[in-house]
Amino acid sequence: MAEPMRIRATMAGDVADVKVLMNHIMETGVRKDSKTGQLIPAHYITEVTASVNGTKVLDAGMSGGISKNPYLGFKVKGPKAGDKVVVNWTDNKGDKNTAEATIG
Amino acid sequence: MNALRRNVLKSAAGAGTVAVAVAAGLLKPTMALAGAPRTAFEAKSVGDALKGMGASAAADSKDITIKAPDIAENGAVVPVEVTSSIAGTTAIAIIAEKNATPLVADFDLMNGAQGFISTRIKMGQTSLIRAVVTAGGKTFTAAKEVKVTIGGCGG
Amino acid sequence: MKQKIITKLLTGMAGLGIALGAATAFATPESDRQELIKYYTTKYPNVKLEDYVYGALAFDADSKAQYDAIMEFPPYLGEIDKGRKMWETPLKSGKTYAQCMPNGGKDIAGLYPQFDEAKGKVVVLKNVVNDCRVANGEEPYEFDDAKTMGLLMSYLRTLSDGMLSNVKVEGPKATAAYEAGKKTFYSRAGQLNFACASCHVQNGGNRLRSELLSPVIGQTTHWPVFRGGERLTTLQDRYKGCFKSVRAIAAGAGSETLNNLEYFHSAMSNGLPMKASVFRK
Repeated sequence: MAEPMRIRATMAGDVADVKVLMNHIMETGVRKDSKTGQLIPAHYITEVTASVNGTKVLDAGMSGGISKNPYLGFKVKGPKAGDKVVVNWTDNKGDKNTAEATIG
Repeated sequence: MNALRRNVLKSAAGAGTVAVAVAAGLLKPTMALAGAPRTAFEAKSVGDALKGMGASAAADSKDITIKAPDIAENGAVVPVEVTSSIAGTTAIAIIAEKNATPLVADFDLMNGAQGFISTRIKMGQTSLIRAVVTAGGKTFTAAKEVKVTIGGCGG
Repeated sequence: MKQKIITKLLTGMAGLGIALGAATAFATPESDRQELIKYYTTKYPNVKLEDYVYGALAFDADSKAQYDAIMEFPPYLGEIDKGRKMWETPLKSGKTYAQCMPNGGKDIAGLYPQFDEAKGKVVVLKNVVNDCRVANGEEPYEFDDAKTMGLLMSYLRTLSDGMLSNVKVEGPKATAAYEAGKKTFYSRAGQLNFACASCHVQNGGNRLRSELLSPVIGQTTHWPVFRGGERLTTLQDRYKGCFKSVRAIAAGAGSETLNNLEYFHSAMSNGLPMKASVFRK
């Protein structure tokens, strides 16, 4: 089970500023194990979706080129304080994670 | 841009065994998508990545701002921020031109999401960081060079 | 056959007014610190004293901007959380670290290293942690084990964030330990024949090839660091790394040599605020 995602969502004027820190190794699949010389298998988040009050606002595709413990910041116009943000991710092995936060 | 993740089955790479397996009910579509090849992400050149995104004709735009370092402190974690002030921005993609697979990530934005993405990427070497923005059905692009050095005595 | 290590004290430091050897009315830890501050603020009038806690980043806006971007939401928060869980887990006796340590572990990092008169030597915060562990039925941690002591410190030290460094050097024994650390700092070592001061006093703010060198003022305030956002590195890890870089044999973590060095080194950052678990390249 992956460590929980951290979400910080605040209103900045009339825009909801959302910052997400995901916990994932983001292994590219091109690195070699220094001891065995074998390729370390790829293991990275491939898809991230975000929604506000049930409405999808972001749908992203990622590669192993995103840094370990992916960070994502985005902004949404329309929501207000108290609305709920939900973020989901899926990785190339089919593992998933979800978290939610209330816009402050 | 939507072709990237959706319906790999529709792409040339996906048609064939995977499509047949789904049709036969052996593979559910969601299972096929997880780990299935995503053409543009697999591309090994900028040209092929842009082609896979349908963005080969992306026009240079001054309305795309890329905030990224001049010299990366550490190539494993380079903060990149893309802001698009082009009206009707529906997607932002980030390409690291000299990475083995240049397309790093793409973000579809909808229902009030602004033309803004902030993330951290890996860079293998000094290269242009290219942003490709989709707005009003057209594609636009801008780039900024980020240098990557090998540190000396950082320990 | 015993190897003889020749150390040469740096010449050319006389202009700094730093007197090596026994402390006199003219050379105290405080006067040493003031001399270094005067040297740096004169050399770099545009760098604020409080920004010296950022080390080399205070001299390069591009680097500082990356630090700020990453510190906004550091990727290693999960690691610090592991440290927090360790901190909150009771020891074998049933007591927690907070019950064992001075002031519950809050706002204490700035007081270390300290000279322990009873023990007759310098103690660093890790010694206090191990004393707690042993007194409560646990084995001491290896000083340089990133997975145990490192993670615990990555959290514990954050409990002192904002505290001003306040290392005390009082009495002849403490002063002798301080002077021993100062001598290590100013002595040339290794095949490359550099002293700590060669880079971090004479060349703080300058570049050594592509590396911007951090000045000694403020250096001890910001540990541990997470290199590249993931590799936990403590101050004494860095001492060993530096000695290795000049191709010298480094003393062990928690040794008298490195603890005395840390004692002197930390006193030079007195008055500056601490901030633990920060990003570095």
